[in-house]
Amino acid sequence: MISPGKRPNLTVKLSGVELKNPVMPASGTFGSGREFEEYLDLSRLGMVVTKGVADVPWKGNSTPRVAETYGGMLNSVGLQNPGIEHFIREDIPFLQTHDTRIMVNIAGRSIEEYVRVVRVLGNQPVDFLELNISCPNIKEGGVAFGTDLDMAYQVTKKVKAAATQPLIVKLSPNVTDIVAVAKACEAAGADGISLINTLLGMKMDIKTRRPVLANTFGGLSGPAIKPVALRMVYQLAKEIKIPIIGIGGISTWEDALEFILAGATAVQVGTANFRNPRVMMEIIEGLENYLKEENIDSIEELIGAGHESKEENPC
Amino acid sequence: MEKKNIEKARILKNQALTPEIYEMVVDVGKTLDAVPGQFLNLYCKDGSRLLPRPISICEVDEKMGTFRLIYKVLGKGTEEFTTLKENEKIEYLGPLGTGFTLEESDNKEILIIGGGVGVPPLLELSKRLKGKKRVLLGFEKESILTGDFKKVAREVTVATTTGTEGIKGTVMDLLEEGEYVPDRIYSCGPKGMLKAVQAWARERNIPMELSLEERMACGIGACLVCTCKIKEGPHIEDWNYQRVCKDGPVFNGEEVVFE
Repeated sequence: MISPGKRPNLTVKLSGVELKNPVMPASGTFGSGREFEEYLDLSRLGMVVTKGVADVPWKGNSTPRVAETYGGMLNSVGLQNPGIEHFIREDIPFLQTHDTRIMVNIAGRSIEEYVRVVRVLGNQPVDFLELNISCPNIKEGGVAFGTDLDMAYQVTKKVKAAATQPLIVKLSPNVTDIVAVAKACEAAGADGISLINTLLGMKMDIKTRRPVLANTFGGLSGPAIKPVALRMVYQLAKEIKIPIIGIGGISTWEDALEFILAGATAVQVGTANFRNPRVMMEIIEGLENYLKEENIDSIEELIGAGHESKEENPC
Repeated sequence: MEKKNIEKARILKNQALTPEIYEMVVDVGKTLDAVPGQFLNLYCKDGSRLLPRPISICEVDEKMGTFRLIYKVLGKGTEEFTTLKENEKIEYLGPLGTGFTLEESDNKEILIIGGGVGVPPLLELSKRLKGKKRVLLGFEKESILTGDFKKVAREVTVATTTGTEGIKGTVMDLLEEGEYVPDRIYSCGPKGMLKAVQAWARERNIPMELSLEERMACGIGACLVCTCKIKEGPHIEDWNYQRVCKDGPVFNGEEVVFE
């Protein structure tokens, strides 16, 4: 029971690190937060997850890089980023001026590239690393690591050995057996799993009779993919011991709560930031109100609560 | 600092100018600041169309708090906009982006070149520029806003590719007529047109500002989908991607790298 006048507790512990709430942006939808400062207070967020950063600058793919689809969108940005040196010089000092945790998303085309970035970040004021082995928009590396059990194991193990911060591995839904991939990462020493990255998709332009995206294929995100993402989080929650960060079409506090009930310790909000740059504030407030109305002390009580056996068996 | 948010505007007018191009005037209910070349993100009511539609600002009354927006029906989202009635509300974010620079135009010969749905943002620009203004407008079939430009510019000429209005041809045909050499060029329109304008201006060493168009998602500089190539050094390969929505839509034309 929550005592009258007391604010409900939104703090969660993720791999031993306390977050003021479980809400954070999904990598690649928020830059390093600078563009959102006009719209929200970064210090209100549980964490800021940065755009993927590689050891050297990447230019990314040709345009068009975006196509809207029913209830979602496709992107083929291709991990455009200014490289780790620029990131450390410009973005970390900026993020440090805010009272929030920092998770740096790491991009690479080879194990060596991932390891180089992680080494450089070793002495930086960063709380988490997120290993992106799930980007569908680059030719080498990226999703290739996330769709092969042995490669997922190898890259996680080597990056973990080089890392000083807790390592979250971000998984692709474009696999036959998500549980097997997650277990491989857990066995290799991952401190947490975030999922899902985008689903590979495409769109045709019926006027030009050609694919809309210059890259032909792109990653599908937005509300359209939420049921798939939720199912995968639910499946993993029963099979792995390390914490899960749920991602995929979360646009409202109700969506966030569904993922928490399915077993996510925290959630990432992606495409919804493009429709409403303040949406994460609304999600945080919505979760707080829900706890208040339901008389629940702490949001941690709800993590995985959806797995408890139902009173009636519907079958 | 007060944080910005999505707001509601009241529709004062929403009517077709041509079968494909609509004019919408909205009242935001407060005074505002806007620079010519900036745009508004407009939102669909149907949530299955989740991305905002970036629409350039054609005219703005900062004291009255009204925007005049001209948009082309290109898909389901803009189709939804055409159904909105007077006094209905529409959600918007903005003004967004980096617009035209207005300094140094006094007593200068200014050439303004617009093509198709790239014409509207040049109207507010023409109103605010002080120099001697010559306007070239190119369309496929029907012109829009020609009368409005005539009120604010010394000379307005029109070209249509079908020949239904003005000369038969493009703005480049208008440009090749005579020996007119302006001090400065401002342009907005399709990529092919901008590329030709850039080549023409480069040959004559005329400074220019070009407003680009690209498919956008967030409109605030975060998602990196609407990038364009901008020169960063003396060599052809010295370019980097910049964001049309945030660093632009208006760029120093000399630095834009067209494919």
